[in-house]
Amino acid sequence: MSVTDPETDLQPIGSTSRAGDTIFRGLATASAVVIVLALAGVAAFLLAQGLPALDGAGARSYGYDNIWVYTGPLLFGTLLASVIAMIVATPLAIGVALIISHYAPRRFAKGLGWLIDLLAAIPSVIFGMWGIEFVARNMVPVYNWLNDYLGFIPLFAGPVPTSGRTMMTAGLVLGVMALPIITAICREIFAQTPVMHQEAALALGATRWEMIRLAVFPYASSGMVSAILLGLGRALGETMAVALVLSPSIVVSFNLLTAESGSSSSTIAANIALNFGNASGSKVDALIFTGLVLFVITFAVNFLGRWVAARAVKKG
Amino acid sequence: MTDLDSKPAETHLAPLSHATLPGWAPWATVVVGLVVGAIVGGVMLGGGVVATVVVAWLVVVLALPLWSRAVEGGRKGTDRLVTVLVWSTFGLAMIPLVSLTWQVVSKGVGILSPQFFQNSMAGVLGSGGGIYHALMGTLIITALATLISVPIGVLTAVYLVEYGKNNTFSRIITFLVDVMTGIPSIVAGLFAYALFVAFFGPGVKMGFAGSIALSVLMIPVVVRSTEEMLKLVPADLREASYALGVPKWRTITKVVMPTAVAGIVTGVTLAVARVAGETAPLLLTAGLTNYVNFNPFDGRMTTLPVFIYYAIKEPGIYAEEMTAYAWGAALVLVVIVMALNVVARVIGGVFAPKTGR
Repeated sequence: MSVTDPETDLQPIGSTSRAGDTIFRGLATASAVVIVLALAGVAAFLLAQGLPALDGAGARSYGYDNIWVYTGPLLFGTLLASVIAMIVATPLAIGVALIISHYAPRRFAKGLGWLIDLLAAIPSVIFGMWGIEFVARNMVPVYNWLNDYLGFIPLFAGPVPTSGRTMMTAGLVLGVMALPIITAICREIFAQTPVMHQEAALALGATRWEMIRLAVFPYASSGMVSAILLGLGRALGETMAVALVLSPSIVVSFNLLTAESGSSSSTIAANIALNFGNASGSKVDALIFTGLVLFVITFAVNFLGRWVAARAVKKG
Repeated sequence: MTDLDSKPAETHLAPLSHATLPGWAPWATVVVGLVVGAIVGGVMLGGGVVATVVVAWLVVVLALPLWSRAVEGGRKGTDRLVTVLVWSTFGLAMIPLVSLTWQVVSKGVGILSPQFFQNSMAGVLGSGGGIYHALMGTLIITALATLISVPIGVLTAVYLVEYGKNNTFSRIITFLVDVMTGIPSIVAGLFAYALFVAFFGPGVKMGFAGSIALSVLMIPVVVRSTEEMLKLVPADLREASYALGVPKWRTITKVVMPTAVAGIVTGVTLAVARVAGETAPLLLTAGLTNYVNFNPFDGRMTTLPVFIYYAIKEPGIYAEEMTAYAWGAALVLVVIVMALNVVARVIGGVFAPKTGR
């Protein structure tokens, strides 16, 4: 072979780099495959452990006829708590997002956004402690007032517990936990509203509120819906705050202000956390089955949220 | 066709300016509201600070819009009303943050002492215990979860941005990462439990199972943030590198990653902060123990959040002491999580590539 031939000198470099490329590409692809396997694993193992509960053995050992009688009330409680959370969090989050994007002076807006982000960083178990110690205690007078004057509505029937640990408290804590998520998405979208639309509205003599109503909200509407759905997804799956505030129970009840056994609902996630420690055999299967149901519900809600967001991007 | 000399009738034109409230009007209303609130709510109704604030808010929310309506007209009045309401939402949203911080600090700071960090709960009845075992557990389990999640997450993001280029497989991955983001933490715990039961039999509890559960929660966060950062790297840099004959993998490791590294580190730190505070999955997988356990592959391992949960939920007969431990541990946990967040923001802020925004 000829030493002076430049081709043969270059060849080895080319071939090793191609090998490097192949290896690196393989590694990247492999980790993507690991994600597929992990999710397939989540589905497979939950199904394998959860589906045996369909025969009702687990539900019967908890004292219920079949698995649906056991899961239904928990699902109801989960939805009830999340709905309260959304009723509380949505107006607050939109208001706070408007403050950060439009109302606060530019210099402070970033800092204010950062404060709200801090709220998202606090661990859920600490929200639970705060729910017991602060929300529950301080809301008791409000609950009593609601019960005194609106007690004829089943939602507000008594008796109000002195600890204040009720469905309403759980919903309020969940609302506070969902607030930063909704705020973060809303403020992004409010800030993206075309400046031209806003200035045009202002130039026509609109006040700030009229400008927001006519230019910002129409532009951001689907983004806001998507933000609320993603916040709902978080509230549905949240465990610790509810597990700390409420006691376990399998009841369908619209009653928000009482902790009497038999008239206060609980949620799927909290029920798993509270009962898993002493469960064994078919009881574990029943709990895993409720987890599977929770997974499906949160998946549907999150999927809907992202679908709305994706459609909005295409439209805009 | 019109008579240019005739002057337009001045009286038909609306005035170009109209009456406005002075700039100090909102602040004056707030001050008046607070005074009225203190007199009516604080003293006459005897409600203290809460009643003062509520009455003051009522005064402001009624007086300012009505004043504005009288002086400036209806539309401006509505605008003032909305401004007051929007700022009220912000005030309301601050209540949780302030009260939570205050509670955790005021209740937790009393128990802090060197022995609180050095002792475990082994054989402790009542006072004298500590959180050493839980701190070590949190450290080991979170570190293992990070070791698993970061390579998988970063490499997946590299695949999506550099290799996938929106093909079918990468769109499936993006979708699955979205699904993973929405997995409730307790379901991740159930998954890890079900996985380990398949190998080790029912009732298995070990630290590593907790790490697996946390990885399920952590990987999508890492993928997402890394993907965002890689997308921010200008295509010019890659093309310049290719033009010099550098192979693709060297371009990625030597040009693309170093450019995006600050953002990736920020994303990873935020993900660590998030999983360090997770309770539910560890409740199911790692369990509770009073003893120090350094081996994640054998036996129960307590973490700070799980320790807090049991100290509050099942305090036993030494309820007072256990509650004090719980608040002390909560303070330590909040400080760790907040420190990680601050570090992440500082890294992101100082080293971020300029994006032109």
